[in-house]
Amino acid sequence: MSAIETQPAVQDAAPARPRWQVLLVRPETMTFVLLVLGIFAGGLLSPFFLDINYILKSFTLYAEFAIVALVLTMVIIGGEIDLSPAANMALSACIFAWLQQAGVPIPVAVLIGLASGLVMGTINGLMVIGLQLPSIIVTIGTLTLYRGLAQIIAGDKSIRVPEWFIGVDRIMVAGIPLPVVIFIALAIGLGVVLGGTIFGRQIYQIGTNEVAARHAGIRSARIKFGLFLLVGIVASIAGIMTASRLGSVRYDLGLGGELQMVLMAMLGGTYIFGGRGTILGTFLAAWLLVIVSTGMIVANVLPAVQLVVLGSLLIVSIIATNFIYSRTQR
Amino acid sequence: MTNAATTTADTPLISARGISKQFAAIEVLRDVDLDLGRGEIHALLGENGAGKSTFAKILAGVHRPSRGSLALNGTPVEVTSPIVAQKLGITLIHQEPISFPDLSVAENLVLGRTGGSPLGRVPWARITRDANQLMNLLGIRIDVTRPMRGLSIADQQMVEIARALASDSRLIIMDEPTAPLTPNEVETLFGIARRLRDEGRTIVFITHRLEEVRALCDRVTIFRDGSKIATEEIGKLSDADIIRLMIGRPLKEYMHKTRAAIGEVALKVEGLTLPGVFSDISFEVRKGEIVGLGGLVGAGRTDVARALFGVAPATSGTVTINGKAEVITEPSQAIALGLAFVPEDRAVAGIFRTLSVEENITAAVPGQIAPGGMIKRALERTLAQDSVRKLRIRLASLRQPIGELSGGNQQKAILARWLLTDPSVLILDEPTRGIDIGVKAEFYDMIGELAAAGRAILLISSELPELLALCDRVLVMSEGRLTANLSRAEATQESVMRAAVPQTRETIAA
Repeated sequence: MSAIETQPAVQDAAPARPRWQVLLVRPETMTFVLLVLGIFAGGLLSPFFLDINYILKSFTLYAEFAIVALVLTMVIIGGEIDLSPAANMALSACIFAWLQQAGVPIPVAVLIGLASGLVMGTINGLMVIGLQLPSIIVTIGTLTLYRGLAQIIAGDKSIRVPEWFIGVDRIMVAGIPLPVVIFIALAIGLGVVLGGTIFGRQIYQIGTNEVAARHAGIRSARIKFGLFLLVGIVASIAGIMTASRLGSVRYDLGLGGELQMVLMAMLGGTYIFGGRGTILGTFLAAWLLVIVSTGMIVANVLPAVQLVVLGSLLIVSIIATNFIYSRTQR
Repeated sequence: MTNAATTTADTPLISARGISKQFAAIEVLRDVDLDLGRGEIHALLGENGAGKSTFAKILAGVHRPSRGSLALNGTPVEVTSPIVAQKLGITLIHQEPISFPDLSVAENLVLGRTGGSPLGRVPWARITRDANQLMNLLGIRIDVTRPMRGLSIADQQMVEIARALASDSRLIIMDEPTAPLTPNEVETLFGIARRLRDEGRTIVFITHRLEEVRALCDRVTIFRDGSKIATEEIGKLSDADIIRLMIGRPLKEYMHKTRAAIGEVALKVEGLTLPGVFSDISFEVRKGEIVGLGGLVGAGRTDVARALFGVAPATSGTVTINGKAEVITEPSQAIALGLAFVPEDRAVAGIFRTLSVEENITAAVPGQIAPGGMIKRALERTLAQDSVRKLRIRLASLRQPIGELSGGNQQKAILARWLLTDPSVLILDEPTRGIDIGVKAEFYDMIGELAAAGRAILLISSELPELLALCDRVLVMSEGRLTANLSRAEATQESVMRAAVPQTRETIAA
C-alpha cells in the first residue's frame, strides 16, 4: 500500500468553492437580480405600476406561454428543443373550437383538443427519438405544419366559443387569476419533479452527456419521448386556455409564441446546449418578462423600442449565463 | 552549387534530434533521434502508444515537439503546422483519408493550391488536365470529375497520394494505410510506394503487420514507451527480434495478484458476431477470475464489450449470464442482469462533467437513493461518502463537479458507480489509461480484491504487463476475431503479441 502514500501532488483536488460563489453561479441569480431591477425601474416610471393586481392581470396575457415554457425548460435541459408548442396551441384550439361549433359537446371537444396535443407531441418525439433527427429542424418543420393545419381547419375566420366558456382569466382563486394560479402550481409541481426526483435528475444527466447516461443504464429515449409528449399535452391545455381568454379562436392564435417561451427559458438561465437550468429560473424569467413588457407599456415606450429592449435583455442574459458557465466548466 | 551537391550526397533528407513530446504532464515521446534517407521506405513499428504516430505527426506539423529539432537537407526547420509541412514537401496520409466528399476528385487534388487571386476565375480546364496527368502518372484509373463521395477507401488514399505528388512532396508518411485495404489494393499501393521510392522520394510507413514491413520496407525503426529502441535494415532482423524489441520491457514489480478461488461460470459468450466489426467470439469468465482481453487498438475488443453491455448489440450469438441465456439490447437491461462496464473513454461515455461527484457516483442506482421516487439526499450522501472512503477518492467536496477531479479520481468515481450496482460481471475497458503510476497501483489492488470477492472480471487492456500480471487467462483479439486463449502459464509478452499482430489468413490457419 506504500504506493498510495507516494501519490504525486497532482492527484489532490481543487479546494471547494466558497458558498457565495456557488450562489453566484446559480443560473437563476442573474434573473432574480434583473427582476428586482425591473420592479424598481417600473416603480420609478409610473406609480400605477406597483399595483399587484395590475401586474397579475398583465400576467394573464402571458400565462399560457409561461406555462408551456416551464415544460420547455425541461426539454432544453434534456438537450433537445421544441419550437412547435405555439403552433400546437393554435391547432389544438382550432380543433376544439371547430368541433364545438359543429355541435360536439364542449367536454368532448376539449378532450379531443387535448388528445390532438398529445398526437402532435408524439409526432415530434417519433421524429426526434425514433428517426434520430435534430429536434430544432423537426420542430421548425412541425411548427409550420401544425400552424398550416390550423389554418386549413379554421380558415381565415374567427370561431367563437360559447359565452359561458369565455373568461378563464377572470376566475379568481384567493384574489389571483386562475391562469396565474395554474402557472404557479405547475411551477411548484415541475420544480419538485425536476429537482427532487430520479426522473428530473436523469433529465440533467441526459442533457449533460447522453452517451454516458445510456452507459449508466438511463433510458434516455424513453425519457425524452416523455418530455415531448408532456410539451404536447401542456401546449394543448394552454391553447384551450387561450381560447377561453380570447373568446374566439383563429389560426394565428399564439403566433410567435415559441420565441417568447424560449426567451423565458433562456432568461431564466437555462443553458441552450442542455444539462443546466431550473424551473425557478423560468418562473422568475416569466415575471421579469411581464414586468419589463408592461413597464414599458405603462411608460409609453414605443413598441419598436420595446422589442429592442427585450432583444437586448435576452442577449445580455445569454452572455451572462454563458460567461458564468464557462468559468465553472474549468 | 558544389556545396549543395555534397549536401545531397551525404546528409539525410530529414534528421530529427532529441525530439520529445509531452501531453499535459505525460511524456509520450522521449529524445528520439532519427535520420531518414532519400529514396528509402522506412517502417515505424511499436505497440499502441509507443510513440510512432506521435513522431509521424510531429514530422507532419500536426503536433509541435516539446523539445528537439528537425533538419531538412541539413537545414534546421520549424514545422509549425501541416501547411508549413506541405510547403516543405512533407505530407501525412491518414488511414481514413480526410477529404471533401462533395467536391470532385480534381478539386480535392488541388485543394488550397488553385492559384490566382481570391476573386479570380477558377481555372477548371487546367485543374482537370493536371489532375488527369497525375492520375496517369500513378497509373490509377479514376474519373477526376466525379465527387470523392462513394470512392473506395483505397481510391481515396490514392487521391491523397496524388495530392502529395501534386505538391511535389519529398517525404510521404503513411499512417497504417493498409488496414482498410484488400490484398489487391495493398499490392497496388505497394507498387506505387516502390515507384515513388525509386524516384528518390522518402516514404515513412506505419503499420502493425510484420509481413508488410518485410515486403516493402528497407529499414525499420522500433519504438517502445515513447523512445526509439532501434533502427536497422530489415534484412538484419528476424520477426522474433522485432517482436522482442517492441515489447521487451521489464514487468513492473508492484503488480501482484492475490489468487482468488475460481468458481462457476458467470459469463459465457458463444459465437458473438457483429458483421464487419467482430465475428464468432466465444469465451467464458468464471466467478473470481480475471480474464484479460488483449490486442491492438481497432481489433474489436471495445466493440465486444459494448455488445455485451447492450450499447451496440451483436446481431448473432448467445450470451449466458449466471447460467441463464439472455438477449441484451439496452445497458439498463445489462445492469439489471448484474453486468457493469467501465468504458474506455471516460469523458465521452463515463462522466457527467459538470454534475456533482455524488450525482456521478449514484447515477446507476436510482432505486437505492430514491426508494419512493423522491431522492433522499441523506441516503445519497451516505452511499457516495462510503464509496469515496472505500476507493480513496481524493476530492474537496462531494458537491463539486466531477470535472474538477484528476483523471485517476474520476475513474475511481466511475468504478464506484458500478460497485454500487453490486455486479457479478465487471467489464473494465482500459481502466488505467491516462492515470498516474501511483493510482494505477491502487487500481490493480482493487481489481484483485474485486475478483477475490467472487466477481467475474473481463479486463481489456493494451498494456501487456498489466494483462500478464493481473489475469488468470488472456484472450487475444486481432482484426475482429479471437486469435488466442492463453492460460496464465502460456501467456507471455511474445505469445500475446504474436496473436495480436495481424497475420495473413493462411498463417492463422496453419
